[in-house]
Amino acid sequence: MTAPATAEALSVSPPATSRRRARDGWRRLARVGESTPATVGVLIILFWLAVAALAPLLAPYPPNATDLAALAHPTPSRAHWLGTDHLGRDLLSRLAWGARPVLVIAPLAVLGATALGCLLGLAAGYHRRWIDLVLTRACDIVLSFPVIILYMIILTTFGSSAWNIVGVLTLTKAPIIARIVRGMTLELRECEYVAAAKMRGESALYIMVVEILPNARGPLIVDMCLRTGYNIIIIGVLGFLGIGLPPPDPDWGGMVKDTYGMMSVWPHMALVPCAAISSLVIGFNLLAVGLRELGLRD
Amino acid sequence: MARFFAKHLAFLLLTLLVVSFLVFALSEFSPGAVARKELGAYATQEQVDLLTRQMGLDRPLPVRYAEYLGKAAAGDLGYSARFKLPVKDVIGKHLGNTALLAALAFACIVPLSMLLGIAAGMRESSRLDRAILLFSTVVASIPEFALGVFLASVFVVWLGWLPGTATLVAGGGWSVATQLVLPVAVIVLFDSGYVISMIRASMIEVMQRPYIRTAVLKGMPLRDVILRHAVRNAMINPITVIMLQINYLIAGVVVVETVFAYPGFGRMMLEAALFKDIALVEAGALVAVFVAVATNILGDLAYMVLDPRIRA
Repeated sequence: MTAPATAEALSVSPPATSRRRARDGWRRLARVGESTPATVGVLIILFWLAVAALAPLLAPYPPNATDLAALAHPTPSRAHWLGTDHLGRDLLSRLAWGARPVLVIAPLAVLGATALGCLLGLAAGYHRRWIDLVLTRACDIVLSFPVIILYMIILTTFGSSAWNIVGVLTLTKAPIIARIVRGMTLELRECEYVAAAKMRGESALYIMVVEILPNARGPLIVDMCLRTGYNIIIIGVLGFLGIGLPPPDPDWGGMVKDTYGMMSVWPHMALVPCAAISSLVIGFNLLAVGLRELGLRD
Repeated sequence: MARFFAKHLAFLLLTLLVVSFLVFALSEFSPGAVARKELGAYATQEQVDLLTRQMGLDRPLPVRYAEYLGKAAAGDLGYSARFKLPVKDVIGKHLGNTALLAALAFACIVPLSMLLGIAAGMRESSRLDRAILLFSTVVASIPEFALGVFLASVFVVWLGWLPGTATLVAGGGWSVATQLVLPVAVIVLFDSGYVISMIRASMIEVMQRPYIRTAVLKGMPLRDVILRHAVRNAMINPITVIMLQINYLIAGVVVVETVFAYPGFGRMMLEAALFKDIALVEAGALVAVFVAVATNILGDLAYMVLDPRIRA
C-alpha cells in the first residue's frame, strides 16, 4: 500500500531570482538523461502514455467485445496476441484501453492532493499558532487512519466512480504533502528574502505563493512522482477488491479480480494486467529515485 | 514520562472519537439499509419502515451516537448482520488470525530489511548498494495482489510446491504451515522494500559523520565500526518508520487476505463494508485506528529509549 514520503530528507534549494529559477528547472529537466534509473523510468512512463493515447489505433478489437469462438482456447494466438479473458474479451485491447483511466485518475488525484496540501501546509507553517495546531492535529488524525479501511467505507457508502476515487485519494494524500510543505515553510519563513518581502508590504498570500512555495518545489516534485506510483497501486487495489471503477469498461485491477480465480487453468489472464500495473508503478518509482539522486548531487 | 503518556492517550481518545463519529455519520447516507438487509429484497417498504422504527434507527443522529458510545464503553458493540454473531466475537476471531499473519510477516521484515539496508548503506553507490536499491524499489512498486499472482503462478501453478489458498483449515494435502508461506511472503516483500530504503538512507547519513571517520582512522576494523558505532545510530530514525509500518501492514493484509482467501480482519472488513454491516464496520474501524495509533505511540517510545537526547 502507500508509504509516507522520504522526500523530506531533501535539502531546500537556495533562493534564486525567477529567471535563474526557470533556467535551473530546464537544466535539471535536461539532466534526467544523466541518471540511469530516471531515464528508464521516463521511458516506461512514455511507453504507457503512448499506449493510452493510441488505444483506439492499437487495440485490435473493441475492449468489451466478446469472441465466443476464442473461449475454447483463450491462450495467446494469432487472432488474440495476449489471449482473451474468461468472457472471450481480447486482453491486448482491454490492456490498452485500461491504461487510460489509470493515467488520468492517478495524476489528477496527485495534483489535487498537492494543491490542497500546499495550501494547508503553507497556512500552518506561515501563520503558526492555533491555525498550525488545528491543521496539524487534523492531518495527524487522517494519517493515523489505515486509509484502505476509509476507502472501503466511503466507496461502499457513496458508490464508486472515477470522481469519487479522485476525491478520496485527494483528501487522504493531502495531509502528507501538507506535512512536508509545513516543515519547509517553517524553515523558509526565516529567510532574508521573506523578511524583505514583508518589509515591502507584500500580503501574506503573496509571500506564501510567490516567495516560499517555489523554493520548496524540489522535494515536492520527487514526492509527486512517488505519490503517482502509490495512487496507481491504490487504484489497482480498489479494482481488485471490487470497489474500484465500475465494470464492464477495462480497469487493470478489475481485470485481475475477475480472472485470478482461474489462475490454475489460465494464468495469463491475471498475469497480463498484473505485469502492466507493476511496470507502470516501477516507472514512476525509478523516476523518483533518479530525481532524488540528481537533486542530492547539486 | 507521565506527560508523554497523558498527551498521547488524549490524542488516541480524540482520534477514536472523531473516527467513530465520522463512520457513524457516514452510515446516515444509506438510511433504512440495516432493516432492508435484515428483511431481504422482497420486504415491502412498510415492513422496512416498521423495523427501522422498532430498532430505534429513526431517532436523531446525536441521540443514537451517544447511546452507541455508552454501550461501546460497557463492552457491547452490537450485532453483526453479515455473520449473525455478536460483533465482539466476529472481530476477536478474525483479528487473532490477522495478528498471526502480521506477526510472522513482521518477524521476517525486521531482520531482512536491517540486513539489506545496512549492507547497502555501508558504502553508498557501490555495486551491492545499487543492486539492493534496485531490488527494494522494484518490490515496493508491485501491488500486493500482483505480487500474489506472480508468486502463485510460479509456486502454485508451475512448480506445485505450495497451496494457492490459506483458509487455515488443513485440507487437500496441505498443512496450515504451508498455507501461510505465500501470504507472509507477499507482505514481507512489499513492506520490506520501503523499510530497506529508509534504513539505507539513515545508514548513509551516519557513515558520513566525523566519529565514523575517527573510528576508521584510529585503525578500528570496519566490522567493529559498523556494528558498534554506525548501526545503533542508524537505527534511531527507522525504528519509528518500522512501527508506522504496522499501519501499512493493516492495509496490506486486506489485499493479501482477499488473494489467498485468508479468514482475517481485512477480508472481514471488506465483506462488512460491501454488505453494509454498519455495526461491524464501525467497531472494526475503531479497532484498526486503535492499533494504528497505539503502534505510533510505541514508535515514539522506542525513539525516546534509543536516543537519550530527546528524553526531555
